[in-house]
Amino acid sequence: MTSLKKLLGKTLLATACLGTAMSAAADVLSDIKARDEIRIAVPQDFPPFGSVGADLKPQGIDVDMANYIADQLGVDLTIVPVTSANRIPYLQTNKVDLVISSLGKNPEREKAIDFSTPYAPFFLGVFGEKSISVGALQDLSGKTVGVTRGSVEDLELEKNAPSDVTVQRFEDNNTTLTAYLSGQVNLIATGNLVATEIAKRKPARAPEAKFMLKDSPCYIGMAKGETALQTEVNSIIAKALAEGKLNDISMKWLKAPLPKGFGA
Amino acid sequence: MLNFSDLLPYTDVFFGGLMTTIELTLLTTVLGVVLGTTCAAVRQYGHPASQRAVAAYVELIRNTPFIVQLFFIFFGLPSIGLMLSPWQASVIALTINLGAYSTEIIRAGLNNIPKGQWEAAKVLGMDFRQTLTRVVFTPAFEKIYPALTSQCIIVMLGSAVLSQISVQDLTYAANLVQSRNFRAFESYVVTALMYLGLAMLMRYVFAMIGKRVFAFREAQ
Repeated sequence: MTSLKKLLGKTLLATACLGTAMSAAADVLSDIKARDEIRIAVPQDFPPFGSVGADLKPQGIDVDMANYIADQLGVDLTIVPVTSANRIPYLQTNKVDLVISSLGKNPEREKAIDFSTPYAPFFLGVFGEKSISVGALQDLSGKTVGVTRGSVEDLELEKNAPSDVTVQRFEDNNTTLTAYLSGQVNLIATGNLVATEIAKRKPARAPEAKFMLKDSPCYIGMAKGETALQTEVNSIIAKALAEGKLNDISMKWLKAPLPKGFGA
Repeated sequence: MLNFSDLLPYTDVFFGGLMTTIELTLLTTVLGVVLGTTCAAVRQYGHPASQRAVAAYVELIRNTPFIVQLFFIFFGLPSIGLMLSPWQASVIALTINLGAYSTEIIRAGLNNIPKGQWEAAKVLGMDFRQTLTRVVFTPAFEKIYPALTSQCIIVMLGSAVLSQISVQDLTYAANLVQSRNFRAFESYVVTALMYLGLAMLMRYVFAMIGKRVFAFREAQ
């Protein structure tokens, strides 16, 4: 009897352990479908990616992307506003399923979480009037480029641009932007968000992206090892890219098309 | 802690900046004093309408910040089709600024010439132009020479603001070096000493010029 009891006890314990192990192994994607809800972290203080609109609702690239993904999965969307400091902890503590929060990729982050394919452009580049044709650093030879002094793009230009480029350095992004708007410079090296700002202020002088100095697009973050979820999200992004949804989002919020070869 | 040797690779940058500041100062000091002298004469002896025009110019410049004048010329004028290079905008801004201040300084000197001098010149058969250039100007300038010297030095120091519109002057050099090697203390100490040296040099050169121009005193 005692041995039977013992056996029964052991079996129960083993089953319990297995049960726990199985529920832990059940992937986030199945959880989302079972819950009929996806929880997505978006920024609330970083326009045009995520901010609070006049109607007090979150808006921006990341919000549009979150809505699209929830739509494609056919589940309800719960938006979780986060700051840039706590977006990864939210993911690690399973408070959200995805982080769509203008997240860039770097080796430290890759140790902690997994990334999708890129969904939005974020880069430093040379921008300028449509009439000027430059496609690479060498083409800047003999031309004048405005830049914000001490910025990453300033250092990139100094390191890699031909020596006969005239670099006009201004105090801050706003002065660089004014220099371009007033026509004092026709080419500037800056981030694509600054270019968006110019396009908003003066659509007629919207700068065109000529080439990139440093590319650091935004990725969707998710917990490590969620292969099923990652595959699903990547295929949704691929679909969005193919059907022009990503380009629409870029046009709507960044006032510029996706850069050439985006997501390739 | 402090490490001035980090500045050595940037010697050319500092030297280039220093030369730009000297060139701009030389050019605008001459242009500004000529403008100021002309305006002072007009303000003192000109037609009432032109007197008012000069007064308006002087008040406008003396009662607005230099950086606003500079930004207006560099960033504002392109909107009405007048596109100036950073260098041109700087020369114009510094010249009209010194012109306005020196107008008032020189006018004070002209005011100071006793009526008797004018009457004596008239008795000797001099016309207005001759009286002004041969009798009035030299003693008038002698009276206000120290004030004029100081004003020119103030404009030289004020040219530091030009780095805001990407003119590669001494301050631009300091800012650039500081943004590259993060040696803020060292960069700005060296720059401050260069400005100090320039100011002292200017005072010396002005004194030398003054000695020659106002030599008539010694002959007396």
